[in-house]
Amino acid sequence: MSKVIEGLRYADSHEWVKVEGDIATVGITDYAQHALGDIVYVDMPEVGDEVSQGEEFGAVESVKAASDLISPVSGEVVEVNEALEDEPGLVNKDAFSAWIMKVKLSDASELDSLLEAAAYEKLCEE
Amino acid sequence: MKTYDKLIFELSKPGRKGYDLPKDNFATDGMKEIPATLLREKAPELPEVTELDVVRHYTNLSNKNFGVDTGYYPLGSCTMKYNPKINEEVSAMPQFAALHPLQDASTVQGALELYYNLQQALANISGLAEFTLNPYAGAHGELTGLMVMRSYHMSRGDNKRTKVIVPNTAHGTNPASAMVAGLEVVEVKSKPNGSIDVEDLKPLLDDTVAGIMMTNPNTVGMFETEILEIAKLVHEAGGLLYYDGANLNPLLGKVRPGDMGFDIMHINLHKTFSTPHGGGGPGSGPVGVAEHLRGFLPNPHVRKNEKGEFYVDFGKDSLGSISTFLGNFGVMMRAYAYILSLGKENIRNVGPMATLNANYIKESLKDDYLLPIDGVCKHEFVFDGLKDKSTGVTTLNVAKRLLDYGFHAPTIYFPLLFHESMMIEPTETESKETLDEFIEVLHKIAKEAREIPEEVKNAPLTTIVRKLDETGAAKNPILTYRALKESVEG
Repeated sequence: MSKVIEGLRYADSHEWVKVEGDIATVGITDYAQHALGDIVYVDMPEVGDEVSQGEEFGAVESVKAASDLISPVSGEVVEVNEALEDEPGLVNKDAFSAWIMKVKLSDASELDSLLEAAAYEKLCEE
Repeated sequence: MKTYDKLIFELSKPGRKGYDLPKDNFATDGMKEIPATLLREKAPELPEVTELDVVRHYTNLSNKNFGVDTGYYPLGSCTMKYNPKINEEVSAMPQFAALHPLQDASTVQGALELYYNLQQALANISGLAEFTLNPYAGAHGELTGLMVMRSYHMSRGDNKRTKVIVPNTAHGTNPASAMVAGLEVVEVKSKPNGSIDVEDLKPLLDDTVAGIMMTNPNTVGMFETEILEIAKLVHEAGGLLYYDGANLNPLLGKVRPGDMGFDIMHINLHKTFSTPHGGGGPGSGPVGVAEHLRGFLPNPHVRKNEKGEFYVDFGKDSLGSISTFLGNFGVMMRAYAYILSLGKENIRNVGPMATLNANYIKESLKDDYLLPIDGVCKHEFVFDGLKDKSTGVTTLNVAKRLLDYGFHAPTIYFPLLFHESMMIEPTETESKETLDEFIEVLHKIAKEAREIPEEVKNAPLTTIVRKLDETGAAKNPILTYRALKESVEG
């Protein structure tokens, strides 16, 4: 059973978002890391890049497959998790602490289109 | 069997050698003529071994190999059929094997005739007008085919057609080839049964679409029953249809891509036409086109004049050369030998037998393995892992356990439609006894998963190399002997 955390927002493409002020921290969910298997590479955006909701912002490569990362929010990338460059397996260890990027939100209302924990959990069960 | 895991470098002893070079009769010091900046300072660290060392080393390595000649190889979408030995016999004939590609056409009429006849045979089998045999492999054929597509649109001044539609279940080479050809990839969704969603396709078809790439039967082994409708829609929008020949085997002699409306296709001779596949290659990826695209095929072509003589031709509308000379000729010889040994009548039995074998395995195992798409499949099908998910035994575990029982693993974790994909393609060349043995072993593994799951998770238990550290291999590969020495010495 995959872990889902209350209080975060989720995209149906299996990314999570944690919002603090106008900064959104983005990662992939426990369900996603489990489905991907052992992750060997996380292709992250660069600080200063603009990302858009529903658009690709990077990719995760696992021993099974390479999968695009879809941004759940729009805005400017202000930080990326450099620890993942050397140790992408951190995402497998704890997907919710191994965040991938932080985005300065350009449109906070976009968050309304994302799922709450309960709805996301239901999606994963389907 | 004794484990053999040496590198040839580890056998090296200073001064030991397996050759005797003749005396230098020219008495020149070639080294003096090479600028100092281009000379090595240290001698290369080549292994110093005797002839017997070399022979034993490679014989021992070859014994570790698993191939169609040693056992059953059910790899999905790879068509690992038996490679008849007559193919080898024919391709080794010195009259062909010793030819030089720059020989005058008048001295190689037989070889040119073979090329010509093979391309005609492929054209007849696939319902297209003409083939080039020049591409070296399937993906190279894809690239060539897409270059034909692009050249066609550009020749009409229709320069805005830059998009290629690819189903989300496609082989990874399809989008990759489109990118390499300078085209943009647009994904079309599949329905739950794995076929293209025509409703999702319709809005994508505008005047920027160069074409669509499809396999039929598709990646889950089901025939695209709406292909005629898809062909009509794509053609009406001005696009072309590309057929990826990876799954041609079940259709051989029964259904032709050209008749379904495809304009361009490639064939993997190393799949459908029984030439060596994988590390045993090289491959060959002939590309065929419909009548209106003939001129765009790459150079050179082999043609026949009124006197019945064969010649090598360079067409002026062609997209240019994509290979040296005429491609992998030895592979063509094997495919031609295969086609002629089967003949027109027997080739019709290939597809039905491959289809029967796949359905036999599928129906025999669906009590223990989850079959997400039910119904009659073509040459292959996909299980979504074990039916009983409570044991925690994954598709990877089952695949590794199969090695313990002497079978090659099927394709796993592809297609990405399911989490625990296991793609099985038996081909027509396996006997019922082999299929029954395979079915029995997979039932046994399902039973083990229920009774001794931990053991299955630790598989393989009997192979020379146990479970590999896949992440380590991907993250920190050691690819040279020097790197190995450094990693050991720290």
